Amino acid sequence: MTNALNLFIGLAMGLNLLALASSRLPSVIRAAALQGMVLGILPLLLEHEFQWMVGIVAVGTIAVKGFVIPHLLRRALRAANIDREVKPLIGFVPSLLLGAAATIGAVALSGVLPLRPEQAGSLLVPGSFATVVGGFLMLVGRTKAISQVCGYLILENGIYLFGLLLINSTPLLVEAGILLDLTVGVFVIGIIMDRIQREFDSLDTNKLTTLRE
Amino acid sequence: MIEISLIAVPLLFAALAFIWPQERTRPWLLPAAGGAHAAASLWLLVRPPEPVPGAWFGFDPIARAVLPMISLLFLVCSLYGVAYLKIRSERRNRVFVFALLVLLGFLSLAIQAQHLGLLWVAAEAATLMTVPLIHFNGTARAFEASWKYLLVGGTGIALSLLGSFCLGYASLNAGGSGDLTFHALAGQFVNLSGDFARFSHPWLVAAWVLLLVGYGTKMGLAPMHTWKPDVYGEAPGLVGALLAGGTTTMAFVAVLRVKQVMDAAGCGEMTQRTLLAIGLFSMLVAALFLLGTPDFKRMLAYSSVEHMGILAVGVGLGGLGLWAAVFHVWTNSLTKGALFLSAGNIRRAAGTANQNEVSGMMWCAPRSARMFVAGLFAITACPPFGPFFSELLVVRAAFMSDSIFTAVVFLACLLLAFFGLTRLVFAVVDGRPRAAARARAGRFPETAWVILPPLAFLGFSVWIGLATPPLLREAWSAAVKLFLP
Repeated sequence: MTNALNLFIGLAMGLNLLALASSRLPSVIRAAALQGMVLGILPLLLEHEFQWMVGIVAVGTIAVKGFVIPHLLRRALRAANIDREVKPLIGFVPSLLLGAAATIGAVALSGVLPLRPEQAGSLLVPGSFATVVGGFLMLVGRTKAISQVCGYLILENGIYLFGLLLINSTPLLVEAGILLDLTVGVFVIGIIMDRIQREFDSLDTNKLTTLRE
Repeated sequence: MIEISLIAVPLLFAALAFIWPQERTRPWLLPAAGGAHAAASLWLLVRPPEPVPGAWFGFDPIARAVLPMISLLFLVCSLYGVAYLKIRSERRNRVFVFALLVLLGFLSLAIQAQHLGLLWVAAEAATLMTVPLIHFNGTARAFEASWKYLLVGGTGIALSLLGSFCLGYASLNAGGSGDLTFHALAGQFVNLSGDFARFSHPWLVAAWVLLLVGYGTKMGLAPMHTWKPDVYGEAPGLVGALLAGGTTTMAFVAVLRVKQVMDAAGCGEMTQRTLLAIGLFSMLVAALFLLGTPDFKRMLAYSSVEHMGILAVGVGLGGLGLWAAVFHVWTNSLTKGALFLSAGNIRRAAGTANQNEVSGMMWCAPRSARMFVAGLFAITACPPFGPFFSELLVVRAAFMSDSIFTAVVFLACLLLAFFGLTRLVFAVVDGRPRAAARARAGRFPETAWVILPPLAFLGFSVWIGLATPPLLREAWSAAVKLFLP
């Protein structure tokens, strides 16, 4: 059980680095979507017997993170007619190296945080921290609005991964609420992105510089 | 169950606003919902309900100490909103009215939430509902502000979720059953020993850091305050008033509830030290930026950062300081209401909020300008306004706990902020009116509807300070008692 789980989490951590290293926006979106789908499957692996509520959350997660959000992002991409991140604030190689360093740091840090016996040996905590930091790096290091949204999604994925530690003990209502909030959040982001695109004729957040001291 | 109506009534009115066919009459739903909300929370303030053990939400002493203020703030702002939306009748108001009412509903839910997860869901929903309010003006600058708000606020709220998970995991490690109500959490961590303590303590520290950063972003504590100047600068005045008085209060309550759990776990000293440090840092950052900003609406944002710092310092001092902080939630929010609404009037009359392009507003918008100056003296803690009394109590608490350093930094920051605020306010109010403002003169008359709400806020500010109703004192003391051993 733990082996299969760790395999999927390792995959998610690899997708982090893939997203950090690639300059083409469609592949960043693909990496984030794939990561969301991988994480969507995890709750089913964690449960010993099938519960319908867990099933619904898993299906909902896969549908929203794997299909709905990527679809919205690709549509925005087509409307804005952009394909790649041209001038990131943190270059692709540096951000890849930082992401790798964060992964190592996450593994080291999770040694300090004691896990419960039934979860000992799982990569959930390091995977979660590495994904959160990876998402954060994308959020601050990129200039295109779409890359920033992908960074936010990856950050959310990391938090979701952490939430799996609690899935057996907390009401799934909370998980469902979180998923719902995420969906609404992405819709709001999508609407704002659409308006920015119309107002500035671009999705380059470097142009959003009027407001400063 | 009157406490449910605090959540349900605004949400029902929001649904009604969404299907309401007439643009002209829709804004009246705001005061209708605000009035019902205020009546319900006044009722609950006078007759607090018995707490239900294990409930996910309820009108507990903390909610009783702050929620009536939010009702009052919303009610007065909603009356202003009717006039504002009439002035801005060229813009559709369906989404605006809807989002304002949903915001009120989720604020009430978040402040009453007794469950870690429910608190997060409500806080996140309230955050998202403010986005359409911020870009109501539809300008490029407003979209820029909304985008920054979404990214910074979204990251903050995501970190608070991570912190909530850490706290939940700490409770599992302490032998808890996964009950995430604050009451149960606090109960689990009391008198831990041996393996339970060893396994849960690192997680508690991680949870506190993440939750403080997360909800601190919503409060606008430095250095997570970067969204505030942009948003307060671009959002309509009444939205600024609700954000500075309502949303920040919600985040403050969230920090208080987490602190309550931390106190029970024996981490009280750590929480107080961190709050004191981050509070003083916020005050310092805000005071320095106040000396430089040229925009009088962004100025209000830095002033809000400063006052959030005061709240954090108050809680960090504990005891009397905590009481002063709850008091300050009221005085600051009501005074900010007066400032934001009068600043909105001035901004409309001047056409811009930049010091270099605005002057002589005493002649273009005399009543609003006078109220703005009165609000300036109120917020910089001049007697007889409320903030004077609450900040005096914070200083007293600092001296009583022998933190002379805290008191000195606190007073120095207040002085710097006073210089910064007076510099900008008098530059805007005094002098000769610009040609652009004179050309606009008469387009936005100062009707009673846009003057009385900020005046009412000033009145409340004086009243709360000079003659604090015994009922409120008792409510605040009941809330503070939860934190005393």
